[in-house]
Formats: sequence, C-alpha cells, structure tokens
Amino acid sequence: MSEHTVASFDAELQELRRSIMEMGGIAEKMLADATVALVRRDVGLAQSVVTSDYRLDTIQRDIEEKAILTIARRQPMAIDLREVISAIRIASDIERIGDMAKNISKRTLAISGQFEPQRVVLGVERMSDMVLGQLKDVLDAYTTLDVDKALEVWRRDGATDALYNSLFRELLTYMMEDPRNITFCTHLLFCAKNVERIGDHTTNISETIHYLVTGQPITAERPKMDRTAYETGQPEQAGGAAGA
Amino acid sequence: MSAQAEPKQPPSSPVETGTAMTDLTKPVVAADGAGAPSAQPHGANRVEPKVTTTDVKVFYGSSEALHGIQTEIPANQVTALIGPSGCGKSTFLRCLNRMNDTIEGARVTGKILMDGEDIYDKSLDVVLLRARVGMVFQKPNPFPKSIFENIAYGPRIHGLAKSKGELADIVERSLKRAGLWDEVKDRLKEPGTGLSGGQQQRLCIARAIAVSPEVILMDEPCSALDPIATARIEELIDELRRNYTIVIVTHSMQQAARVSQKTCFFHLGDLVEEGDTDQIFTNPRDKRTQDYITGRFG
Repeated sequence: MSEHTVASFDAELQELRRSIMEMGGIAEKMLADATVALVRRDVGLAQSVVTSDYRLDTIQRDIEEKAILTIARRQPMAIDLREVISAIRIASDIERIGDMAKNISKRTLAISGQFEPQRVVLGVERMSDMVLGQLKDVLDAYTTLDVDKALEVWRRDGATDALYNSLFRELLTYMMEDPRNITFCTHLLFCAKNVERIGDHTTNISETIHYLVTGQPITAERPKMDRTAYETGQPEQAGGAAGA
Repeated sequence: MSAQAEPKQPPSSPVETGTAMTDLTKPVVAADGAGAPSAQPHGANRVEPKVTTTDVKVFYGSSEALHGIQTEIPANQVTALIGPSGCGKSTFLRCLNRMNDTIEGARVTGKILMDGEDIYDKSLDVVLLRARVGMVFQKPNPFPKSIFENIAYGPRIHGLAKSKGELADIVERSLKRAGLWDEVKDRLKEPGTGLSGGQQQRLCIARAIAVSPEVILMDEPCSALDPIATARIEELIDELRRNYTIVIVTHSMQQAARVSQKTCFFHLGDLVEEGDTDQIFTNPRDKRTQDYITGRFG
C-alpha cells in the first residue's frame, strides 16, 4: 500500500501493526510455555506464564486506545478503517488467548503434586502443539496479509476440535474408573478446553484477516467438530443429541 | 429558485453572486410557466433512475474535461460526487441542469435523460429545466432582498401561486422544509443577507425548494459553514431526499459517507467507480478510489 499524504497517519497504522505482532509473539510463547509447564509439572515456568499475561493486557489496552485515537483523528476509510477495526479485534482475540494460556498454568499450579496419568497429559500436549501451529501461521498470515494462509488455518481448526472430543471421552473414562482421578482430570479437561478455545480464537483471527484484506466477511459455516456439548457420558449414546 | 441568476456564473467561481440582483429585474422568459412540469413535482417511489447519462463528454474549447460519463442517478436518493479538484465532478453536476450552456466555448455531447426525456433536446425550455433541477452553491447566495422575497421570487415568476395567500403558503412551506421557519418567521421582511451563513444556506435551499423541483443539485453546500450549520444541512438533505432526488458534490469524504446512498468517484475526467456509498467507503474496488478516499493522493 502506498503512503498517505499525511505521514504520521502511516506511522500510527504501522505502530498498531507492530503492537499486534508483539502481542502475538507473547501469546505464542505463553501457550508454548504453559504446555511445557503442564507436561513437566514445572511450577516456575507456569508461574512465569501467569505473570506475562499482565504485559499482554497492557498492550491490548494500549492498542485499543491508539485505535480509538486514530479513528477520532483521521476518520479512516476503506483499507485504513478495516486495518484499525481489525487491530482492535485481533488484539482482543490475542488477549483472550493469553487468558486461556494463563488459565492452563494456574491449573498446572493447582494440580502439581497429584497423581496423573501421563498419557492424557500428552494428549493435551499434542492438541496444544496443533493449536500453537495454528496460532503461528495465523500471525504470519497477518504479517504478510496472506488470505490463503489465513483460510488454511481456519479450515484446520476442525481437526483440533476432533482431538478435543477424543480427549474429553478419555478423561471421562478415567474419572469413571477411579473417582480419585476426578480433581486432576477436571483440571486437565479445562486445560484441554482452554486449548480448544485458543484454536477458536485463531479461527476468529483468520476471519478478521480475510475481512481486512478482501473487505468481505467469511460467510461459510465454521468447521465445527466440537461435539462435547452433546455428550451424555454414556459411550453407547455418544454422538446423540440427548444431553444437549 | 434562482434559476435565472445562476446561469451567468462560470464554473470556476460558483461563489460569485454579484449577478443575482440584476437578474431579478430581468424579464423572465418562462414567467407564464403555469403548465410547468414542476407542477407535479418529484417522482416519488420511482423504481427507474431519475436521470440517466450516456457517454457524456464536455469540452472546454478543444480540451475534453469529461470523457464519456455513463451513470444513473437514482430517484429519491442522495448521490455524492467525489474526487480531487479538477476531476470533473462539478462539470458533470452542471451538465444536469445545463449550466454548462452558459459558459463560452463549453460543449456537451452524449445523452442525459431525465425521466426518459432528453434534457438537451432543442425544444426543451432551459429555464423550466432549471426549475425542475434546482441548484445550491458552495457559498450561500441569497438575493439582496427580504427573506420572504428570496423565497417568493421563484414561485412568482413561474406563476406557481394564484394569490398572495397562496404565495405566503409556499414561502412558509419552503422555509419549514428547509428547517428555517422557526428561526425567521418573525422577521420575514428583514434582508436575507442578514442571516448567519448556515441560515443563508438553508434560505437558498428553501428558495430552491419553493419552485417544487424534482432534482436538487448541491455544489459543496457546506464548505463555507461551521460544523453545527453543516450538521443541520446534512440533516436537512436526509429529510429532503424523501421528496427530491439530490446530487451533491463534496470534498468531505465523511460528508459523502454520511449523507449519500450512492457515490461516484471521478478522477481526471473519468467516472472511475460508482456504487453503494457503504461499499465505496469500506471496500472500494478500484485502487484509485481507495487511494483517494484513504488520503493517499488528491
């Protein structure tokens, strides 16, 4: 995009983009660290994830403030308007991603020292790695304004949901097997849910990028495969809508 | 309606108002215009466009200022013409009531149909056309007469009022429509030039409305006004479109986005892009449109 007649307008928009990328970097690291902390039961690392969320919140507020000022000062139109609105949206998605990563770490702190079936933890890790890939790619897509890449992330989220479904069932099974597992498994279930939600936020960001670049919203239905809202806990009825 | 005053003004100086007074005293060709088309004003609820232009070119001497404009002005909507200075938007606006006729060396080719009727037809009465297609200028240009006379002048010369009472009714109705009545009803005898800028502009709009036009052309009607007066005019434009078809030239992108339903972007004598205002300002298709409305050139 060529430059504005008013150079400081360009500077403002660039600053917004830069801040979003900074947020993205922090959120990526938070999710990666939260996952490692969960798998290794690393209390110190989990603690640091909780702390870094503060930085994310600060930048998000800062972006919002700058975006509002830009609207007030420049009355942006067309691509500029979409750029500013997208910055607000993506910042709030990343901020939520940070909250979820923080929540995973809080739960890591809560379950430290308890018995844990490592197999399920590895399941969460696998899911988290998938979502981390989504997050990385969607942030790249934002940096390069690559709609195809954004759409590819958008489509990928179905797989994360599918993985979450199977984890959900597995955790239910553990809980039914032995009630002593319930505390731990519930925390882990929430961790998995958090990761799944982060995946949803990367999908949001994909949609925002699509809007930013093309000016059109994605109208197609999301590739939703999270069926757990319909689960009854009885394997033979799994997939039925009875429990909805 | 100031149809008799405006044709003298060259396009380069729409603010020039000095001729208004002399014109008031001139005999008016269409003074008997009882059967004027304006008797049944504005085609409300029209599905078809109010004005259709086909390959409209304007030449000033040998230079071509407009390169074949093809568009439609939808009835009962506000159409905004935007573009950098010298892009041809005002020239195009002036084609719609044949104001370019009055400019030495200006030549218009192509077709402009209003309700299917060729407005450049030789048998068409230009004065009547300008009653049907009213115009409001950049700088308010009230006649140096009383507020009442400013409004009454047009209806009187067009024979729209049969009695004094009827004329007074037209004046009141026009001032009310222009949102000025409450401010001036107690001082109708005072000179129109004594009003504030914003009031003067609304007076000019009332004057244009008084002859029951179908189309109102506005050439940067707010550029000489403060933000409050501008807001009142914009509010007025929005109300007026129920009864009239409005075409507005504006340099304020925000204003175009606020008041219009359709936007046409002109650049270097071409109509580069036209479409729903919402689309033009959020997602223009042409790069030149994008660059202009986002402040990258112009």
